[in-house]
Amino acid sequence: MSRNLILGAALSLLVLLAALVSFVWTPYDHATLNIPAKLQPPNVQHWFGTDHFGRDMFSMIMVGARTSIAVALVAVGIGVGFGVPLGLTAAARKGSWLDELIMRGNDLVFAFPSLVIAILITAVFGAGAINAIIAIGIFNIPVFARITRGAALSLWEREFILAARVSGKGAARISAEHILPNVANLLIVQGTIQFSLGILAEAGLSYVGLGAQPPTPSWGRMLADAQTMVSFAPHLALIPGLAIIVTVLGLNLLGDGLRDWLDPRIRVARV
Amino acid sequence: MLRYTLKRLISLILSLAVASVVIFAVIEIAPGDPASFMLGVNAQPDTLAALRAELGLDASKAQRYFAWVGGMLTGDFGISYTYRTPVSQMIADRLWVSLPLALYALTLSTLIAFPAGIYAAARRGKPGDLTVMGATQLGIAVPNFWFAMMLVLVFAINLRWFNAGGFAGWDKGIWTGLHSLTLPAIALALPQAAILARVMRSSLLDILGEDFMRTARAKGLSRRQALWRHGVRNALIPVLTIIGLQFSFLLAGSIIIEQVFYLPGLGRLVFQAISARDLIVVESVVMLLVFAVITVNFLVDLAYAAVDPRLRSRA
Repeated sequence: MSRNLILGAALSLLVLLAALVSFVWTPYDHATLNIPAKLQPPNVQHWFGTDHFGRDMFSMIMVGARTSIAVALVAVGIGVGFGVPLGLTAAARKGSWLDELIMRGNDLVFAFPSLVIAILITAVFGAGAINAIIAIGIFNIPVFARITRGAALSLWEREFILAARVSGKGAARISAEHILPNVANLLIVQGTIQFSLGILAEAGLSYVGLGAQPPTPSWGRMLADAQTMVSFAPHLALIPGLAIIVTVLGLNLLGDGLRDWLDPRIRVARV
Repeated sequence: MLRYTLKRLISLILSLAVASVVIFAVIEIAPGDPASFMLGVNAQPDTLAALRAELGLDASKAQRYFAWVGGMLTGDFGISYTYRTPVSQMIADRLWVSLPLALYALTLSTLIAFPAGIYAAARRGKPGDLTVMGATQLGIAVPNFWFAMMLVLVFAINLRWFNAGGFAGWDKGIWTGLHSLTLPAIALALPQAAILARVMRSSLLDILGEDFMRTARAKGLSRRQALWRHGVRNALIPVLTIIGLQFSFLLAGSIIIEQVFYLPGLGRLVFQAISARDLIVVESVVMLLVFAVITVNFLVDLAYAAVDPRLRSRA
């Protein structure tokens, strides 16, 4: 296993753990106001300091991890749930009108500046975590459809697929039983990357006020709140930013590491 | 090449048509009637009806769609519900901030990424390469609006080299204008530069493994000469595509960065319009951004095909 994989897995696990532990324990209640203790820099009682309402930043970061992970995870789920079947269908019906329709539709969604459309969706249907998930998820669909189709096309040429066809299996069954398991590695790697992009997108949408709404803590909104106070309480901006960076960096390293680890050709080349 | 251009042109027009229908439909679904929003809850029904007629809201959906698209084709984007000024004028004013910002960021990103990518590729596997690659990993992970806040903290609040926000305007001279766009441009450029440097490096590494590179060395060129004369030039093709794609990220990214720096660009216009439910402004700005992105991608495809004939048959 490469250093990337270990470091990436460790960072990602750390964030995941923080999110999970926050369900049962946080050092303080993340929503309790404590004005006398406001704007404390990091210290022994408050490891990450306190915000302008005296809320414990460490607890807010832990609970915020939940929001980020939930939004990004469901958005990846939307991408996989719709994109993979579309990609499998397009590959199974290669060259047909259906393939053409799916791929042109993909190109179209791809051509849209995703953030602009996310803003449009959240603007029209209202700001909130659910709409942010949908906005981010829609743009994951063509990513997964394209990557599934590309990998599936080359598999359809292979002999073991021919054998399955000779044995009388239909296209749908072959796709599910033979193609899907063979593209799973690729999907896991891409899923990791889209997951990290989702975390960034959620933070951006929350920052401009279109993501998760109060009282749900979110790293992006913590940054927005910090903006006017950055000159006298820089920790308010530093800490949520570092949380985002650690998460995204961890997931990207994990994705790179997994790709190298799961792709036997690269492994052989390394040896 | 003509056949390819025509084919791509048709797909460009189709994309734009579908995009306009989608944007129009999404705005149509939006709850709330702009007329009652403008007049408030106590408006009389007949005043409301008059305003609806004036804004063209009483026409059928199809009529309104074609009026909107037809207007845009002739440069008429309608009248803002809240400001009562032509939307095209509002957009033109804001473009003078957003477009230079995106181009400034694109220039910076290229200026950082090219040397970094070439340096890393030339020192593959050595400490220099690992340092650059590590830095790009970090650059990709940094949210640009957070980086913008850090830039403000260091260079505006502590060092006082720049203003923390606002735009000085172009009428005070091009340097004053550029000066107030510098921090936003750096914040926008950094993550893009990280991606571009990685593309430059891997593209160059692919080329360095080609037979013609060995031939170049065999005929007596030094590593450096071969790298610059044959390597970099060939590696540029995929890099140019990415630069084209990045334009869309920069335009979209500028929407958020403008919020950090209080820049009067398209992004702020969109957010103001959203909070005032000035949907005609939202609709037109979004369409304009989509148009810019789709058109740039189309031009990149054409340029790509002009350089590499193999691509024309694949379309």
